[in-house]
Amino acid sequence: MSGFKQTAFAAAVLVLGAQAAHAQSTVKIDGSSTVFPVTEAVAEDFQKSKKGEVKVTVGISGTGGGFKKFCRGEIDVADASRPILKKEMDACAQAGIKYIELPVAFDALTVVANPKNAFIKQLSVEQLKKMWEPDAQGKVTTWKQVDASFPDAPLKLFGAGSDSGTFDYFTEAVVGKAKASRGDYTASEDDNVLVQGVSRDVNAVGYFGYAYYAENKGKLKAVPIVNKEGKPVEPGPAAVLDGSYNPLSRPIFIYVAEKSLEKAEVRDFVTFYLKNASKLATEVKYVPLPAKSYEVALEHVNKKKLGTVFGGEPEIGVTIEALLAREAKL
Amino acid sequence: MKSEDIPSIRKIIRRNKRLELFFAVAGFLALLVGVLTFVALFAQMAWSGWERITPDFFTNFPSRRAGQAGILSAWVGSLLVMLVTALSAVPLGVAAGIYLEEYAPKNLFTDIIEINVTNLAGVPSIVYGLLALGVFVYTFGFGQSILSAGLTLGLLILPVVIVATREAIRSIPLHIREAAYGLGATRWQVTRDHIVPYSLPGILTGVIIGMSRAIGETAPIITIGALTFIAFLPESPIGPEFPWVNFEWLKSGFTVMPIQMFNWTSRPEEAFQQNAAAAGFILVLMTLAMNAVSIWIRYHVRKDIKW
Repeated sequence: MSGFKQTAFAAAVLVLGAQAAHAQSTVKIDGSSTVFPVTEAVAEDFQKSKKGEVKVTVGISGTGGGFKKFCRGEIDVADASRPILKKEMDACAQAGIKYIELPVAFDALTVVANPKNAFIKQLSVEQLKKMWEPDAQGKVTTWKQVDASFPDAPLKLFGAGSDSGTFDYFTEAVVGKAKASRGDYTASEDDNVLVQGVSRDVNAVGYFGYAYYAENKGKLKAVPIVNKEGKPVEPGPAAVLDGSYNPLSRPIFIYVAEKSLEKAEVRDFVTFYLKNASKLATEVKYVPLPAKSYEVALEHVNKKKLGTVFGGEPEIGVTIEALLAREAKL
Repeated sequence: MKSEDIPSIRKIIRRNKRLELFFAVAGFLALLVGVLTFVALFAQMAWSGWERITPDFFTNFPSRRAGQAGILSAWVGSLLVMLVTALSAVPLGVAAGIYLEEYAPKNLFTDIIEINVTNLAGVPSIVYGLLALGVFVYTFGFGQSILSAGLTLGLLILPVVIVATREAIRSIPLHIREAAYGLGATRWQVTRDHIVPYSLPGILTGVIIGMSRAIGETAPIITIGALTFIAFLPESPIGPEFPWVNFEWLKSGFTVMPIQMFNWTSRPEEAFQQNAAAAGFILVLMTLAMNAVSIWIRYHVRKDIKW
């Protein structure tokens, strides 16, 4: 055995020997997998701009898992695909953790169908509800049952697994209650599984974040969703920005601990984040906020405006304008 | 023997030979199912990941651009975690195995321990992850570090090492012990000079089976808080000044190969699937390399054993 240990050790030494050991500062981030691509892009470029003097780590514990760590004071920044909830606010308050809430981009939940499907031209929230509500389980199994104008074809559903923020938001927006969904559909935390499923079945319909649709436009078609004004709108950056793609677009956030902001590296990181979020969010196929919004956010950091503009309740269909107005009042 | 019996005897012989052939074919097919599945998976990974396996792939940190993303932090993380795993599980497991086999009295208490050790080998790995989160990460305050991960996986493979050690010791003929005791050797002398050297090949097999399982584990590592994006290496174990070693790396955050792979498979961009395949290919190679080293050591140890 000693031979093996020596070999392994020698290999490790070989690799690490060259690295000089010197003290470095670290920015610790954890939370939503939806926000991860944006934060990762920022972290990558930030480390490059600092020439490796600051270390940034990003984990994926989910929005809820991230807030748990955040309120225990284990991390500096929490990635969140929804605003902080009441019980998380209480946990933070108890631990004396104060935070600044910063919206960083928008995500459009996209309902997709097979490109060969001819009859799905648009869907309304009511139709989506008929398909997805808990009562539909085992009963609504054909398209005809969803709407009389649809053919009598089997209804094949693909959706997010129950641990994801996407699932929480979709059920809240469509059914009216977070986590209320039928259980008899193909669920996966891995959106690529859903992409494959929908692209192979003419009668399938599914939902996931816009980025997965944007990367797979050849295999899928996005279904226009009838919005509050009664107009069918296809998801896309423009429709999200002007607020017409509702109620399935949602802001995503980072939460920064007040104490951590005292550290120069965290302050630098957050500033870098807000200054580059627009460019980097576009690159990873998210919808950036208007420039004004990042300016307001930066001001909040500089003036240390604490707390959340949401009441700790899940909310749907928050438009960019409404978000800006609320942020301005803070 | 009557002559009319001979055809019927021949018939019985023919039937038995047919049965034997049937079993040989069935056994061969059973073997093929396993081997071909592995070969097909391995070949597919190699095929789709081949283009990405360049020197840069090993020396680049993860990136949002698939073409620039590499596995540096992942393979270094895996290697360091495995080092801690081996350093913790092997001494503990071998010592416990030797004690149970050579020293422990046979009574109800040791019987219970024996049954428990065997059962522990079948506990799902996520359970170890949850246990480690409470004990190593919070109670002992090791944090989400290489040390926590290595100890967690060490705990995970401990039963395998103990069982393998005991099996190896049991295969040593009793007369070797009796001869040594007959010459007045103490129990420790027998253990040190005979039991451990002779059982080493068997122990090594157990260790490698355990380590091969550990290097592919994801669930317990995620539970204790491994990172997904990390673009720096832990501190070097070799320091510039006396005493030239430092243990800062044990406290460092980390990621491991299976987590990096999993992250890439769940990316929207097609190009990351290639990266995932390439990382999977390297992970299999790492496991095979570990096996090769142990087979080589085993071969050399066996050569020196003369009974």
